[in-house]
Amino acid sequence: MKILVCVKQIVDLEARLRVNDDGTWIDCSDLALRMNEYDEYAVEQAVRFKEQCGADQVDVTVLSIGAATVTETLKKALAMGCDRAVHINDDAAWRKDPAQIAAIIAAFAADKGFDLILAGMQSQDRGSAQVGALVAQRLDYGCVTTVIDCDLQPDKITVRRELEGGLKAVVEVKLPALLTCQLGLNTPRYPTLPNIMKAKRKELLSFDVEEFACPDPLVRTVALTPPPRKGSALIIEGGNDEVAAQLAKILVARRVA
Amino acid sequence: MKCVLVMHSRQGQLPESSYELFTCAEQIGAEQVLVFIGPRAALPPFAGRVYLLDSEVWGEFNPGAHCQAIAEIVRSEQPQLVVLEHSSFGWDLAPRLAASLDAAQISEVVAISADGYEVPCCNAKLRRVLAPATPLCVITVQSGAFDAASPLVGAVAQISEVAPPPQGGKEKFVAYEEAEAASVDLGKAEVVVSAGRGMGKAENIELVARLAAALGGELGASRPVVDAGWVEHDRQVGTTGQCVSPAMYVACGISGAVQHLAGMKKSAFIVAINKDKDAPIGEVADVLAVADAVQLLPQVLEQLG
Ligand SMILES: Cc1cc2nc3c(=O)[nH]c(=O)nc-3n(C[C@H](O)[C@H](O)[C@H](O)COP(=O)(O)OP(=O)(O)OC[C@H]3O[C@@H](n4cnc5c(N)ncnc54)[C@H](O)[C@@H]3O)c2cc1C
Repeated sequence: MKILVCVKQIVDLEARLRVNDDGTWIDCSDLALRMNEYDEYAVEQAVRFKEQCGADQVDVTVLSIGAATVTETLKKALAMGCDRAVHINDDAAWRKDPAQIAAIIAAFAADKGFDLILAGMQSQDRGSAQVGALVAQRLDYGCVTTVIDCDLQPDKITVRRELEGGLKAVVEVKLPALLTCQLGLNTPRYPTLPNIMKAKRKELLSFDVEEFACPDPLVRTVALTPPPRKGSALIIEGGNDEVAAQLAKILVARRVA
Repeated sequence: MKCVLVMHSRQGQLPESSYELFTCAEQIGAEQVLVFIGPRAALPPFAGRVYLLDSEVWGEFNPGAHCQAIAEIVRSEQPQLVVLEHSSFGWDLAPRLAASLDAAQISEVVAISADGYEVPCCNAKLRRVLAPATPLCVITVQSGAFDAASPLVGAVAQISEVAPPPQGGKEKFVAYEEAEAASVDLGKAEVVVSAGRGMGKAENIELVARLAAALGGELGASRPVVDAGWVEHDRQVGTTGQCVSPAMYVACGISGAVQHLAGMKKSAFIVAINKDKDAPIGEVADVLAVADAVQLLPQVLEQLG
């Protein structure tokens, strides 16, 4: 059984974000980088399938498109238990729209015979929630999005899809299939030191993005702007003592006890 | 300008938020054609052409077949825009449709201007303005971005019923599973004090619980805190948890993602404690204390006595 996991590297979104010179995306220099949270669930799920079915029964490839920095994210996925990593080198990946990213992934995966492809349901930075479904469409795979539970059988997979208000749908899909992973699917493991060391000996293949056919963009970014500020919040800042005192006063005035 | 609106019932009911799609289309001034997936009885009043994919024949979840049929309808109607809700139905079907139609897709639209479609990004700290490079564009609209239109009572629709294709999609619906009943009704609490991922670890939730007790309220939580098992699911606030509107809501270490805001933004008074002054929770908050909540809360508790 061959599994492909698609991951994206994103910046630390809690940092101060500035618009880049181009005006269409954030300036990522000097920001901490990490794996998109939804993709961590995908990596964890692939590794769990490997543990369930036997290490020699399941082969997990993790793929990421992006600049040289994404190898750090790929190494984390290897340390979590993926077998090999594929880096599709593209300094301009941030300019690409979901249809282009999906086309590149599909071009890579087309002749590899993956039985299962796992992706995050969306990225935390752009949140388009398109890439997984678009890859499936290109490869003619069955596809279930927003998966919070899954049970792998020999030729099919039964999943729970999360709907609104706590309702779930149980859905079956034959392999090959693609699933997009939602929060709560599992609790991703932290790589242990021995596994980080072991990961250093794992295969990390690198391709130039030009090697894969990529269509023209379907969406153009006109601008990146701060959201309209209503700005009505009273901001309390300063030393902790001062903030605590001011805040306590407000809370006391409104408590019900 | 012409648009095809795609609406979808769940367990036979049309969600109220679907009426927001009418407002969205009106704002653009587009002629509207409706595709409706659901039982005939749940069809919203509509003055125009309706394509009915009767869920009693098609099922409610049948994305492969729905995609085929709707793509066919779009090809014959030739609109410039296809509009769906950004819901578990919409974000699943929209990319399938866009791919079948070689159309651009823009997700989670919160506003429409002359420049393009505005969508939140980076935890809603920024907005992208996007424009399609194709003549046809598929958009999904964030619920709450447009006001719900009032039903056009008495409107007469021209309904054509669409027959399902002989071959369905690859995904097979098995069953719905209902949410477990919550044992705490946060909706009744006058004060809700919620813990977010910014609290750092399970042991720190105690601080938030103590604040809730000191204020005479209930403990709530954001989803990651529940997923991590720090707080029971019963106490989750948001689209996939409970909706609350207490006299006071206190958010500790919560960024303010749309799915969380949807569950608490109607609270009468909102206090946020966040170390990031730009966190989007600040948009709905009446008071934002910029501080490390783990350090601040013991001091606040001391003051409260
Ligand atoms: C389909 C779907 C449904 C969802 N449903 C829900 C739902 O019902 N409810 C829900 O809550 N979420 C839901 N989510 C998840 C949602 O998108 C966010 O991921 C989630 O709300 C973020 O939780 P958070 O604010 O606790 O964590 P984060 O977004 O990680 O934010 C943590 C915040 O804490 C701050 N912080 C960090 N450290 C400290 C500190 N020491 N002191 C003070 N502040 C600190 C940070 O600045 C940041 O703002 C859903 C997502 C999807 C895709």
